[in-house]
Amino acid sequence: MSEHADTHAHDDDHGHHHKSTFITKYVFSTDHKMISKQYLITGVFMGIVGILMSIMFRMQIAWPEQPNVLFEALLGKWAPDGVMDADIYLALVTIHGTIMVFFVLTAGLSGTFSNLLIPLQIGARDMASGFLNMVSYWLFFVSCLIMLGSLFVEAGPAAAGWTIYPPLSALPMASSGSGMGMTLWLVSMAIFIASQLIGGLNYVVTVLNLRTKGMSMTRLPLTIWAFFVTAIIGIVSFPVLLSACLLLIMDRSFGTSFFLSDIFIQGEVLHYQGGSPVLFEHLFWFLGHPEVYIVILPAMGLVSEIMAANSRKPIFGYRAMIASILAIAFLSTIVWGHHMFVSGMNPFLGSVFTFTTLLIAIPSAVKAFNWITTIWKGNIQMNTSMLFSIGFVSTFITGGLTGIILGDSALDINVHDTYFVIAHFHLVMGISALYGMFAGIYHWYPKMFGRMMNKNLGYIHFWVTAVCAYGVFFPMHFIGMAGLPRRYYTNTNFPLFDDLADVNKVITIFAIIGGIFQLIFLYNFFVSIFYGKKATMNPWRSTTLEWTTPVEHIHGNWPGELPVVYRWAYDYSKPGQDVDFVPQNIPLQEGEEELQH
Amino acid sequence: MTALFIILVLVFILIAIWQMVKIFDLAQAGLPEDNQVATEKDNTMNAYLMMGFLAFIYIITIVCIVKWGDLPLLSNSASAHGPEIDNLMIISLVLIFVVQTITQFLLHFFAFKYKGQKGRKALFFADNNTLEAIWTIIPVITLAGLIIYGLFTWTSIMNVSEDDDPTVVELYAQQFNWKARYSGADNTLGKANVRLIDIDRANILGLDESDPNAQDDIITSELHLVVGKPVLFKMRSQDVLHSAYMPHFRAQMNCVPGMITQFGFTPTITTADMRQNPDMVDKVKHINEIRVENSKELVAKGEEALDPYEFDYLLLCNKICGKSHYNMQMKIIVQTQEEYDAWIKEQKLFKDSLVEN
Repeated sequence: MSEHADTHAHDDDHGHHHKSTFITKYVFSTDHKMISKQYLITGVFMGIVGILMSIMFRMQIAWPEQPNVLFEALLGKWAPDGVMDADIYLALVTIHGTIMVFFVLTAGLSGTFSNLLIPLQIGARDMASGFLNMVSYWLFFVSCLIMLGSLFVEAGPAAAGWTIYPPLSALPMASSGSGMGMTLWLVSMAIFIASQLIGGLNYVVTVLNLRTKGMSMTRLPLTIWAFFVTAIIGIVSFPVLLSACLLLIMDRSFGTSFFLSDIFIQGEVLHYQGGSPVLFEHLFWFLGHPEVYIVILPAMGLVSEIMAANSRKPIFGYRAMIASILAIAFLSTIVWGHHMFVSGMNPFLGSVFTFTTLLIAIPSAVKAFNWITTIWKGNIQMNTSMLFSIGFVSTFITGGLTGIILGDSALDINVHDTYFVIAHFHLVMGISALYGMFAGIYHWYPKMFGRMMNKNLGYIHFWVTAVCAYGVFFPMHFIGMAGLPRRYYTNTNFPLFDDLADVNKVITIFAIIGGIFQLIFLYNFFVSIFYGKKATMNPWRSTTLEWTTPVEHIHGNWPGELPVVYRWAYDYSKPGQDVDFVPQNIPLQEGEEELQH
Repeated sequence: MTALFIILVLVFILIAIWQMVKIFDLAQAGLPEDNQVATEKDNTMNAYLMMGFLAFIYIITIVCIVKWGDLPLLSNSASAHGPEIDNLMIISLVLIFVVQTITQFLLHFFAFKYKGQKGRKALFFADNNTLEAIWTIIPVITLAGLIIYGLFTWTSIMNVSEDDDPTVVELYAQQFNWKARYSGADNTLGKANVRLIDIDRANILGLDESDPNAQDDIITSELHLVVGKPVLFKMRSQDVLHSAYMPHFRAQMNCVPGMITQFGFTPTITTADMRQNPDMVDKVKHINEIRVENSKELVAKGEEALDPYEFDYLLLCNKICGKSHYNMQMKIIVQTQEEYDAWIKEQKLFKDSLVEN
């Protein structure tokens, strides 16, 4: 008993001995909960920029070369008389992709929820290294500033597509964006990668070492499994992108020839010899493909958790879910070549990558069916987070299924780099991951800010977004199958595509509506921070440990001792219990079996 | 302007909506369920919306198929290997359609049927190995079939056999246009490298002027192919990555500076025959109706009317290559041997096209 009291006192002391100033509390904070909020708000801001860009280039596609006051106001010299310039069109496409993939759906999603949930759900006081965690965020912040700064350089931001294939990205004479704009892009990404690596190592170490008593790996919520595996994929693959970026910087600035050879441009032969752009493609996609799983796995984790809690049912096939996360993670590192079927690499390699790529459909199918079975015979609470989770499964299926076409090298020949690809990856990893992020925000908002978001605004936000997302991306499959290439500033030079003009208008109108309705989310998000209904400790009646912490954030998370875990995370509606959920820190009753697998 | 108007209208709608929500919230304030957690009423409303959304997914699918599903690029391929790709594509699409229809139904219907109600207790159903096995094995079998079919198709397309004696043609990409180089009577392309480009002598593709094989090469800005005769493209790029995309022939390959890539196929339908194809006639007619409409607007603004569209095969650039990427194209003409012979006879040989300094 006295020992108990001692630890208690010690922990209390640990919790309060920090004298925090404004700077250490809100700016250079080492508290994972604050860092998580910093990631989220930065991510939301970058998301606004990225989505605004997409609306602008969609307007150009729907009403090509028409003057528009929006362009005049936002693009300035890049829209003389309000008509968007072709260079800035490519720049917008490029920066939209970069921001959404890396800054919003990697840092904004995984950064926010890994930071928030890893310590809270495994029962830890904080991350293994609070300092490195802080460094990780501030590197991310700096990389955001540099990326945003690149929008304002004289010759324009990077405009070689988010895949920045050289030689286009390497030669300033090939594209106006390949000068200072590309330099800043590369510097920004190098810093971003450093941030991700530091963050990722921290997540892995924390999950492995700081689990509370009783929290075995097979009692971890699926969120933690997803973040853990995501961090490992990031650690394995991000360094390869870093090396690609560094070699590209060498080619650009120091005259090396890693990716360049035999180039004649603007009347002169350049000195480069012996390099190959295909090498860059390999390096880029060695990260680039795992990257889509870095984006989608955390969303899958969040959705699994939210679906179980709101269906009042255990997640179906907990072990199969873990196995499929691991299978996806493993396969994700050996499929990158499916982006390169027509790059000029040996067709035999194409065969190998077709084989490995289509295998990914198996664990993905297992996950989809497990989610569907999870809601079967549930008692579904239609909170906004649950709606977004169901939406996630819906778009993941729709977008994922077309993967069996794109992953099939023979079929990829004809739809490679068309709008079919845009439709596929936006649904399966763009919209899905965004839904996962929204679901996570609505669900853990009470944990982050101690207040609730307005549910009615949430419902409007979800339903309009859901309709618009399909309205935008579903028809794109068809214009893709009609052979329309992506990244065309206008299609008017091809009478062949004249009959697709009306589809493009429909898509853009859906995009504008969908974009504008995100304002409802922003309003709900920011206003609720200050004026939302006060949250209770466990508003969703959930089993995981984060809901056993006080609503008001304290340093060290739990006021007393760390909770001890006695059961897995999914004891919802367990027979023989009075309530329909049993938190992980409640000991088993006499005669009760853990019954988890 | 239209766009701005739409945006303004939407912004007003938005403001109206959140005012209404505010009123709704105020009306609820103080009630015990006012904690922003879904009530039974919310569950029911959203459950019905789930079914509505399922209907929306089905409707948008049907509308897309009916309106835009008759894709001339999914049928009427103009190359020998095209039908193989199209068949595989159609099989895959049907499979996707079936799986999509069923799984979306299950997802949304379950969300509807098992909506939260007071007194309902969820089934504690944590695991079932038989079910897991079923939905592992079914995809395995289906995918095995698709993989095998796909790989056979891929291999047969990509392995160009020299026994067919293909016509060798070089496709040469530069920002922002295409050139074709024919190998002439010897059916051998002369050596070339961008370092040998000499604009003053009009040696624009960098051919080795001392190579005997290069002398009878022919450089053109249009791509002429002989129907029924295999052609093997050797592709080069002088500056950045480009991609030679010939959608009607189900053909695509990147052009990479510093290396030569290749793709081969056999054209099967002449341009003239394709123009007679009923599907194509319909498509062209439809496009011309659109162009007439657009021309009216242009003329009203004092601009020139659009030319009527006539079908031609096209080679498009399909890899982002810079500012004018969107307008990097070359006309492809498939014709009979006689027509081709007559055309090629009129073209200048490389040795005759050089300008003496």
